[in-house]
Amino acid sequence: MLKTIFNYLIFPGFLFSACIGLLACWVDRKVTARLQWRVGPPWYQNFLDIIKFSAKEIIVPEGARSTFLLSPYIGLLSVALVAAILGMNIRSAAEGFIGDLIVVLYLLIIPAASLIIGAFSSRNPLASVGASREMKLVLGYELPFILVVIAMIIKSKGAIQFGPIIESQMNFGSNIASVSGALSFIVAIFCMQAKLGFVPFDASEAEQEIMGGALIEYSGMPLGIFKLTKALMLYVMPVFLIVLFLGKDLTPLFLAVKYIGILVIIILIKNTNPRMRIDQSLRFFWGPMTLLALIALVLASLGL
Amino acid sequence: MNLRTKALTKSLAVFHAATSPCNNCDIEVLDLFTPRHDVERFGITLAGSVRHADVLVVTGVPNYKTAERLKKLYEQAPKPCFVIAIGGCACGRIVFQDSYNSPCPVDEIVPVDLYIPGCPPKPEAMIAGIIKLLNKLKGK
Repeated sequence: MLKTIFNYLIFPGFLFSACIGLLACWVDRKVTARLQWRVGPPWYQNFLDIIKFSAKEIIVPEGARSTFLLSPYIGLLSVALVAAILGMNIRSAAEGFIGDLIVVLYLLIIPAASLIIGAFSSRNPLASVGASREMKLVLGYELPFILVVIAMIIKSKGAIQFGPIIESQMNFGSNIASVSGALSFIVAIFCMQAKLGFVPFDASEAEQEIMGGALIEYSGMPLGIFKLTKALMLYVMPVFLIVLFLGKDLTPLFLAVKYIGILVIIILIKNTNPRMRIDQSLRFFWGPMTLLALIALVLASLGL
Repeated sequence: MNLRTKALTKSLAVFHAATSPCNNCDIEVLDLFTPRHDVERFGITLAGSVRHADVLVVTGVPNYKTAERLKKLYEQAPKPCFVIAIGGCACGRIVFQDSYNSPCPVDEIVPVDLYIPGCPPKPEAMIAGIIKLLNKLKGK
């Protein structure tokens, strides 16, 4: 029991992944600043931001529902749970349970859902616009994302558990080395970008356009919790992709190298693209991305 | 000085409230975020919504309509929230003090913590002003 709590709160779970995620957020800000020929913030900037939010007043708009203050915590708890499950599976394959891949897929939707619920319960029209955009985006990227995950399940002989997926990659090479794996990886990278809410797909939080969108009414600690959830997602999503696609060698050193590689791809996409309108991103996900995912699915079932 | 105050001084989110300025000060404020001055070094960022802001940067002379809105903006901001008046107009209404459409200066509407005069003030002057505000916060 004590070990489970430790796993959830400290080592592979909340505290560890929050530290890594906040550092990754700093890397993102620093690289962005260097690309724009600026100096950028110091490495502890994101930690200070979170502490600062705890010093601020929490304002609840008139007529807001109780879910306004509740939803950020639900999102954070679910992402921390994903971090714990993934971390334990990487540490040893025996610690998983049957169907944990499905559980993680559901848990990864909850942060987006909590953002939508929080925005709708704030009774702000701009927040509603942001929430409806986020909802359309979720509908957009979940379809290709789940197709890609199914393709990877087929490749590892129908296992819906992280342990056997990692084991089959250890025996037969990483999934990304095959044709279907490579196609799926491309699709998954774009879906991850949308899940993280980063630039080509950040219409729901467009600062210049709808002033923070879904987060507009949040202040103080709930806003900090949303930022923390985003930082945790920046740790969890790349690790999830590593487990699915690059699972051949998961020793700490290789894990770190792969994580940094995926982080570089995310930051590159973020810094070289303008913001897409919501209809453009929906068309992007239901058009080319779903097509690629379907091709990968067919190829995977043919054994390529 | 406790950790929270230290964190507050190191990561200020700025909300830009333009109360009918001539846009000259606004352009100089935006200069702060360009490569030459880059205030993100000190953790200062622009906020889209006033709910995320720690600092309200006011430019221009408030007229009857914007005075009302400035008051609302200050009431909507989560406290502690600091107000910086940038430019001669926001500090003391210079040539507009007898104007028919200007009811009162900024500091009669909201409590101003820092005045940065100039028409427009240089970005260096603004950075110097912000450092003075931070020192006041730290109790120096």
